[in-house]
Amino acid sequence: MTLPPKVRLVGRRLLQAAPALAGIIIITFVLTRALPGDPAVYFAGPAADEASIAEIRKQLGLDRSLPVQFVSYLRDLATGNLGTSISTGQPVLTEIVTRLPASLELTLTALLLAIAVAVPLGVLAATRPDSWVDHLCRFVVTAGVSLPTFFTGLALVYLFYYLLGWAPPPMGRLDILFLPPDRVTGFYTIDSLLAGDISAFGSALAHLALPAVTLALFTLAPIARMTRAAMLQVLGSDFIRTARAAGLSRRTVLFGYALRNAMLPVITTLGMVFSFALGANVLVEKVFAWPGIGSYAIEALVVSDYAAVQGFVLAMALLFVALNLLIDVIYTLVDPRLQLEE
Amino acid sequence: MTATADHSAPKAASQRNSFWRHFRYVLASNPVTALAFALFLLIVLAAVLGPALVPYDPLATNGARALQPPSWQHWFGTDHLGRDVFSRVVVATRLDLTISVAAVALSFVAGSVIGSLAGYYGGWTDRIVGRGLDTIMAFPLFVLAMGIVAAAGNTIENVIYATAIINLPFYARMARAEVNVRRNAGFVQAAKLSGNSDLRVLAMHIFPNSLPPMMVQISLNMGWAILNAAGLSFIGLGVRPPTPEWGIMVAEGANFIVSGEWWLALFPGAALMLAVFTFNLLGDGLRDLVDPQRRT
Amino acid sequence: MMNAIPLLDIRDLTVEFATRNGAVTAIERVSFAIGKGETVGVVGESGSGKSVTSYAVMRILDRAGRIAGGSIVFGGIGIDKAPEKVMTELRGREMSMVFQNPRAALNPIRAIGRQIEDVLIEHALAVRATAKKAAIEILRTVKIANPEERYHAYPFELSGGMCQRVVIAIALACRPQLLIADEPTTGLDVTTQKTVMDLMVELTRERGMSSLLITHDLGLAAAYCDRIVVMEKGKVVEQARTDSLFADPTHPYTKRLLRATPRLDSQIRDLLPEPRPAPAILPRGEPLLEIRDMVKEFPARNGSAAFRAVDGISFTVHQGESLGLVGESGCGKSTTSAMVMRLLDPTSGAIRFDGTDIAAIPAGRFARSPERGKLQMVFQDPTDSLNPRWSAFDSIADPMYRLAGMRRAEAREKIESLARLVGLPIDLLDRFPHQLSGGQKARVGIARAIALDPKLLILDEPTAALDVSVQAVVLNLLADLKVELGMSYLFISHDLNVVRLICDRVMVMRQGRIIEEGETESVLRAPADAYTRTLLEAIPHPPGHSTVHARPEPVA
Repeated sequence: MTLPPKVRLVGRRLLQAAPALAGIIIITFVLTRALPGDPAVYFAGPAADEASIAEIRKQLGLDRSLPVQFVSYLRDLATGNLGTSISTGQPVLTEIVTRLPASLELTLTALLLAIAVAVPLGVLAATRPDSWVDHLCRFVVTAGVSLPTFFTGLALVYLFYYLLGWAPPPMGRLDILFLPPDRVTGFYTIDSLLAGDISAFGSALAHLALPAVTLALFTLAPIARMTRAAMLQVLGSDFIRTARAAGLSRRTVLFGYALRNAMLPVITTLGMVFSFALGANVLVEKVFAWPGIGSYAIEALVVSDYAAVQGFVLAMALLFVALNLLIDVIYTLVDPRLQLEE
Repeated sequence: MTATADHSAPKAASQRNSFWRHFRYVLASNPVTALAFALFLLIVLAAVLGPALVPYDPLATNGARALQPPSWQHWFGTDHLGRDVFSRVVVATRLDLTISVAAVALSFVAGSVIGSLAGYYGGWTDRIVGRGLDTIMAFPLFVLAMGIVAAAGNTIENVIYATAIINLPFYARMARAEVNVRRNAGFVQAAKLSGNSDLRVLAMHIFPNSLPPMMVQISLNMGWAILNAAGLSFIGLGVRPPTPEWGIMVAEGANFIVSGEWWLALFPGAALMLAVFTFNLLGDGLRDLVDPQRRT
Repeated sequence: MMNAIPLLDIRDLTVEFATRNGAVTAIERVSFAIGKGETVGVVGESGSGKSVTSYAVMRILDRAGRIAGGSIVFGGIGIDKAPEKVMTELRGREMSMVFQNPRAALNPIRAIGRQIEDVLIEHALAVRATAKKAAIEILRTVKIANPEERYHAYPFELSGGMCQRVVIAIALACRPQLLIADEPTTGLDVTTQKTVMDLMVELTRERGMSSLLITHDLGLAAAYCDRIVVMEKGKVVEQARTDSLFADPTHPYTKRLLRATPRLDSQIRDLLPEPRPAPAILPRGEPLLEIRDMVKEFPARNGSAAFRAVDGISFTVHQGESLGLVGESGCGKSTTSAMVMRLLDPTSGAIRFDGTDIAAIPAGRFARSPERGKLQMVFQDPTDSLNPRWSAFDSIADPMYRLAGMRRAEAREKIESLARLVGLPIDLLDRFPHQLSGGQKARVGIARAIALDPKLLILDEPTAALDVSVQAVVLNLLADLKVELGMSYLFISHDLNVVRLICDRVMVMRQGRIIEEGETESVLRAPADAYTRTLLEAIPHPPGHSTVHARPEPVA
C-alpha cells in the first residue's frame, strides 16, 4: 500500500533532520573532548586535586583513542547518560528534564505573543505604506533588534515591579506562598488550571508576564520585518494584479491571495527567530531568576560544571532541531510546489 | 602619452567628486542616515579617545561615594564600589567595539571566501560548505557561542572566535546566494570571453557586485555581534570584572534594579542599545550609498 | 462602426506618477474609443505609455500613479473617478485583463480551478456547490485538455502557453464586455503565440466582445486588430483602421515604426529611415568553424532523467559567411552557442576553429587560450551583459587588457576608434550601464566583442531585448561591421524574420537536432520540414509592405 504524497513528503522532511542531528552530535563531541586543554580538569571542577583529575580522566575514558571515545560517547547519548553535575550531584539528564518545561513555557508563550503581534503589524504596515502603522512598524523593528534582551528585562522590572508595583518580584515562576501544581505538562499555567487552582494560575501568569514580554519584544522584530517585506513583495507581484483585474474584493486579495503567499517566507524566517529566541531565553532566565535550563547552564558556567553545560548545549540543539522540523513540516504542507521534488 | 594622462586625471577627480556628491545627497535626503553617521563618528571617537578624555579613572573605587545617583560630579552616578559610571561607560566603548569589529571582520573575510567559492563552483564544494554551515545553524547560535567559550576557555579571544563562528553562516550564505545568481549573468560570460580566468571573474566581476547587499549585512551584523558579545559577558563569559564592559556593567547593575538604583544598569545598557541602533540605521544608509543604481 | 456609441471612450486621459523628483507625466491627453465588438490595438515602443493606459482604464495603477485629467467612459458610465467598490464590481464582470508573463500572473500556491472559482463566486455567478462544475466548463472553453484533472493543477505544473489559457479563462469567466490584453504573448514561442492569440480572438468574436490589444509588435496588431492606435512617449500620435494605417501612415513616427518592422520581403536597409546602399557581400571562403557530432548531455539529477540538450549536431561556418540558427525555447540553441563559445564542455564531438580542435581545450582553460580573442560573442540582453559597476570604457577595455596585454593608455585610442565604429559617442565612454539607453548598451557590447578583431562572432539574439527601431539600427550596424572587419557570424534567434535579414544560410533546430538546413531564401520560400512550415506560418506579418516604401514622403 502506498502512502499519500503529503505523508511521504513529511516523512522525507523528518529524514532530512538526520544530518543535522549527526552534526550536532559531532560538534558536541568535539566541544567535549577534542579541544586543547584537559577536559578532565574541566569535568573535575575547580576544587579537584591531581588524584581526582586522574580518576576522572580514567572514568571518562580520556586515556583511550578518540574513535573509541566517540563510540562510548554515542553509547552514553543513547542511554541518556549525560554525566553528573558536580554542583548539584544530580545526573545532568534529570536536571534538564525537570527544568526544561519552565524554559519551554517561557519561550513558547513569548513566541506566540510575538507572532500574534508581529504578523498583523507587518500586514498592516505593508498595506498602508508610509502611514502611521508603517512608521510604527519600522520603529518597532529597528528598536526591537537593537534592544539587548537583558536590558529590556531590567527596564521592565524597574518600571512594573519597583515603580508601579504591578508585577511580582523577578524571582522564579510562582509566589513562595504557592506550591507548584501537580506536574502534568510541566507548564505551571496549564497545570494549575488542570488542578483547578485559580489563584496559583494567577500567580504563575503574573510571573510569566514580564519575562515573556521581554522575550517577545526581541523576537517580534524579525517576524514583523519579514512579514512586512514579504507582504510588500507579494502585493507588488503580477498575480495580485491579475486578482485585482478579475474584480476580487480587497479582502479576498489581501487574505486569500497575498497573505497566504507572504506567509511562506515568514515561516522560513521562523527558524532563525527560534534560534534567536532560544539564545535570548538564556539571558531572560538569568534576569528573572527563571528556573529553566538556561539559568541552570549559567549557574554551571560559574562553577565550571562542564557536564551540565554540555548537556544544556545538547538539549538546546535538539530542541531547536525539533522546532525547525515542525517549521519544515508546516511549510511542506502549505506550499504545493514542494511536491515537484519527488 | 601626456594627453591621455591629462585626460584621465580630471576623470578620476570627477569620479571622486561624484562619490562625495552622492554621499552628501544620501545624507541630505535621509536625515536618519545622517544621524546614524554622526552617532557612528561619536562611537568611534569614544573608542579612540575615550580613555584619555574621561573625568575619572574607571577602575578607581571609592567606598564613600558608592551608589550615588547622577549628579554634576558624576553624570551617570556611581556604582556599588563608588566608581564613576560615566567614565566606565565611555571607556568600555573601545573593548566592545574591538570585540565586535574583530569578530565581524573575521567572519566576513572567511564567510565571503567560503561562500563565493561555493556559489561559483557549485557541486561538491557547495555541498560540503552547505553541510558545514547547516551544522553550525543547527544550534541556537547564542547557545553555540556559550558552548564554544565554555569549552575553549573563558577568554576575550575566545569570545571573538565564538562570535565570528556564529556569524559565519550569515556571510557565507549571503555570499553564496549573491554569487550564485550572478554566476551565469551575461557580464560574467562576457568577462570569460575577455580572457579572465575563473578566479579573476569571481574576484573582479562577481564579488564587487555582491558587495552592496553584504555591506548592509555587515552593518546589521555588527549590531548583532555587539549584542552577542555583551550577552556573553552578561552571563559571565569573556570579560571579567573589574574591566569596564557594557554587558558586565548591566549584569552588575541588575542586582540594584529591584532596590531602585537604576543608573547602574541603565547607562551601560543605553550605550549598548545606542551602538546597536547606530549600526542598524547605518545598514540602511549604506545600502543607499553603495547602490550604483541610485548614483546619477 | 464609429458612429454608434462606443463601449469604451477615453478622452484626454492624463496619468501622473509621483516620484522622488516630483510628478512625472506618464501619458498625456490620450484619447481613443473602442466600439462594441471591435478589436483595437495600441502599439508603441517601451516607455510609450501603452500599458499605463490600460491600467488606468482598469483603475489598477500603482499607488504612485493617479489619473490627473481627462475622462474614461465605459458603457455610458464615467469610471475615471468611480469609487473602488464600483470598480471591483466592474472588473472581471464587465471588463477584464490578460497580462504578459502568464506564469507569474497566477497565484502560485492555489490550484488553477480554485482561482477560476474565486472569480465566479466573487461575481455571484456561482456558489460553492456549483463552482467546480462551472470552472471545469470554462477550462474546457479555453481548450485545456482533461479539464477535470487540470482543475487541481498548480501554475508551476503547466507550460507558459497553458498558464496563459488559464489567465484568459479567469478573464473571460464572467463573460465581460471588454477584454484588455497587455502584451499577452510576449515571452511565449511564436507557435504558442499563435494558438493563444487565435483562441483569444475566437472567444471574443464568438461572444461579441470588444477587446484592446496592447503590443510592441506591429505584425501582431496587424494580424488581429480592426483599428490601431500608435503611441509615442505618452501621447497618441496616430490612429486609423488597420489597412489604412499600413497603406497610408501619416505621422512620421508611425512611418518610422512601420519601416523598422521586418516584413516578409524587406531587405536590411529598408528598415532604416534613410535609404542606404545594400551592404557588400563577402565571398564565401574556407571553412572557419566545423562542428562534428556535437552532443551535450546533462546528467540525471535527483528524480529527473538524463537530458540530451544537444543531440549530435554537425555544421560548418565558412569565412565571410553568416549562418543562422533558429529554434524555439528549449531547442538547444543556447547550449550550442555556449559550447561553440567554449564556455561549456560538450559531452562528445569535435569543434574545429581556424584549424585547431578547440574542443580539446577545457572550457575552464580556454579563457587564456590564444584562440579566445578570435571567437567572441554579442549577448542577448545588453543590460545583463555589462558589469553594472564598470564604465563603458572599462567593459570594452577588459579583453584588451586581458588578452592583448595592452595598457590603459594604449587601449584608449583603440577604444575611441571602436566607439566611432559602432556609433557610440566618445563622451559616453565614462558612463555606467544604468546611465545608457538600451541601444547604447548594445553598442558597448558590440564594441567589446569586436575589440580584438575576432574572426567569428556569435550573435545570441542580439536584438531580442531592443525596441524595433533600435533593432533596425543595430542589425544594420552588425551587417556593416561584418563587411568592414571581414568577420563571420553565427546568428542565433527565435525570429526567422530577423535571421533572414542577416544570414546567407539558416539551420532550424528542434529538440537538440538540426531538422533543416539550407540557403535562407529557399528555406523560407519552400520549407522542407513540417515544423519549419509551422514556425513560418506562426509569424504575424504587417500587410501592404510594398506600399509604404512606394509612397514618397516629406522629410521628417
